[in-house]
Amino acid sequence: MPATSTPSHSLTVATEAEALVLAGALTVWTIDKLPAVSDRQTRVELSGVDLLDTAGAWYLACQRQAGAELQGLAEAQARLVDVVAAALPVPEPAPLVAAGLRAFLDRTGRNVVDIFRNLAELAEYVGRFIASIVRALRHPSEFSLTSLVHHCEETGIKALPVVTLMAFLIGIVLAFQGAAQLRSFGAEIFVVDLISISILRELGILLTAIVVAGRTASALTASIGAMKMQEEIDAMRTLGLDPDMVLILPRVLALVLMLPVLGLIADVAGLVGGALMSWVELGISPAMFTTRLVAETSVDNVIVGLSKAPVFAVVIGIIGCRAGMQVQNDAESLGTMTSSSVVQAIFAVIVIDALFSIFFAEVGL
Amino acid sequence: MTGGTASGPADNVIEVRGLITRFGTHTVHDGLDLDVRRGEILGIVGGSGTGKSVLLRAIVGLLQPQGGTIRVFGKTVGDLSVDDRQMLERRWGVMFQDGALFSALTVCENVEVPLRVVPDLGDALRVALARLKISMAGLPWTANDKYPSDLSGGMRKRAGLARALALDPEIVFLDEPTAGLDPIGADAFDRLIVELRDSLELTVVLVTHDLDTLHACCDRIAVLAEKKVLTTGTMADMMQVDHPWVHEYFHGPRAHAAMQSGRRKE
Ligand SMILES: Nc1ncnc2c1ncn2[C@@H]1O[C@H](COP(=O)(O)OP(=O)(O)OP(=O)(O)O)[C@@H](O)[C@H]1O
Ligand SMILES: [Mg+2]
Repeated sequence: MPATSTPSHSLTVATEAEALVLAGALTVWTIDKLPAVSDRQTRVELSGVDLLDTAGAWYLACQRQAGAELQGLAEAQARLVDVVAAALPVPEPAPLVAAGLRAFLDRTGRNVVDIFRNLAELAEYVGRFIASIVRALRHPSEFSLTSLVHHCEETGIKALPVVTLMAFLIGIVLAFQGAAQLRSFGAEIFVVDLISISILRELGILLTAIVVAGRTASALTASIGAMKMQEEIDAMRTLGLDPDMVLILPRVLALVLMLPVLGLIADVAGLVGGALMSWVELGISPAMFTTRLVAETSVDNVIVGLSKAPVFAVVIGIIGCRAGMQVQNDAESLGTMTSSSVVQAIFAVIVIDALFSIFFAEVGL
Repeated sequence: MTGGTASGPADNVIEVRGLITRFGTHTVHDGLDLDVRRGEILGIVGGSGTGKSVLLRAIVGLLQPQGGTIRVFGKTVGDLSVDDRQMLERRWGVMFQDGALFSALTVCENVEVPLRVVPDLGDALRVALARLKISMAGLPWTANDKYPSDLSGGMRKRAGLARALALDPEIVFLDEPTAGLDPIGADAFDRLIVELRDSLELTVVLVTHDLDTLHACCDRIAVLAEKKVLTTGTMADMMQVDHPWVHEYFHGPRAHAAMQSGRRKE
């Protein structure tokens, strides 16, 4: 009786007066050839059936439930039908689902509430981060320096090449584009101001933050999310370890320490790229570039630029960690949370940069 | 409670000879032999980490052993063409130790996955059959549309069994089917396995630490220790073995309790 290597073993179906006569294999492979269960049949003749599996037994159980009489089953087959009949699932009414306009309103309402809930939760995580700093200051023994150094390496040192190269290329692009425009006014020397102000004030730190948001926010979400999936975080809590102290603090603190450093290096690399291109394209010698830079560009620009770095760092770190903590037990949610944390982090960086611009314009820096 | 179809030695559906598996320098099996007969329920026991799960993975070809041969239905697993392998895979079902359900699919969709290889099965029919299997595995109707992460450990096991049984395989491999189930649920699971074996003529290979399960449903028991199958035989045979680990296992306080409850049931 076990299914042989020819699963297509055939079934013959014949209908007599009020009887359905089946012979051959009554299995999942042939079940589509059977007529639909109806209460017209009063008898199903089965003495020719030599192969029956649960799918076939399910069909027979349904027939019997509809009032037909099963005849000619072998003993083992009859037992199988009984087993299946006993397990026939009983449908339960599905809960009502809204449709059309109501569903649309329902969804919109939920999304709006979600946005506010997300913002509130971000604020909560910032609060928890600050609380854990305070706690680390009061109980230094609970704070793991090793972990901080490790994450400084991960988020800082390892991001160095890509950040430097990017800033260098941005400097080159600015000089190149600026030169083309300024040359027509005979104002080549202003390319120095263009490069220094745009890089030091805005681009150096903004682009660094975006690169770091892409690299680190996703890594934070993935690593914390994987721990969440394995119930490591719950285990930590039961062992008296505070996930805020153990996971969030070193990661976010490492970002806060490293992002200004990366931003400063990006500034330097951008200026070097700009100076190089000015020299090649406009004949402004490096000495002239430096003189003009020192004379005309206020150091305020650097301060304005780098003062944004810690804020970006906290936002990137918190968004990454929070998304990791929200991962559920399935692989799907790890993927969605990782990609959404990157999008949120980059978006937040840009919004905050815009807010800073308005703020600095108002205070006149 | 041994009621399997006793059959001659020629009727082995699985034959493992001289199996050697190694992870780096750590040898898990060293010259392991095992026979599984058609229609029997074979229980594999052994301490944690003795390589029971690894043995199952080797038999179903998820793991390439370092030596030895494994024959299932007379075909050597490991050097099969893609088609033959698919044919063979259709004839066995595997339930992993922790369910291994696809987390992105609902329980019902999980059980539908193996049914999708049947070419002419309509959607409605496939869903109906999947729901039947889920119900046969003892899950309530409401479990159909839940995601694996929303189920308890025991429910995930049942869903895993439903998926393993979806295509009515001839052999099912169950890795610790009753671990983590409540005693009533475990009992029902034991009965379900015996019932399915009797009505479907299944061959069942199950790994278990559960002495009640061994009593309730296994025809034969294989003890894994010292990197091989130390001994095989019925429960009564096991009571006679005087290897210290085997003795400890089958004569410990838990074994006594299980044996008594087993007698009471009979
Ligand atoms: N992928 C792997 N890489 C390295 N070692 C492994 C791997 N899988 C298993 N092992 C080792 O093989 C041995 C046997 O593991 P296995 O999972 O088969 O144990 P088990 O008998 O099923 O135990 P349990 O009863 O706890 O499930 C263990 O020592 C384990 O460390
Ligand atoms: Mg195991």
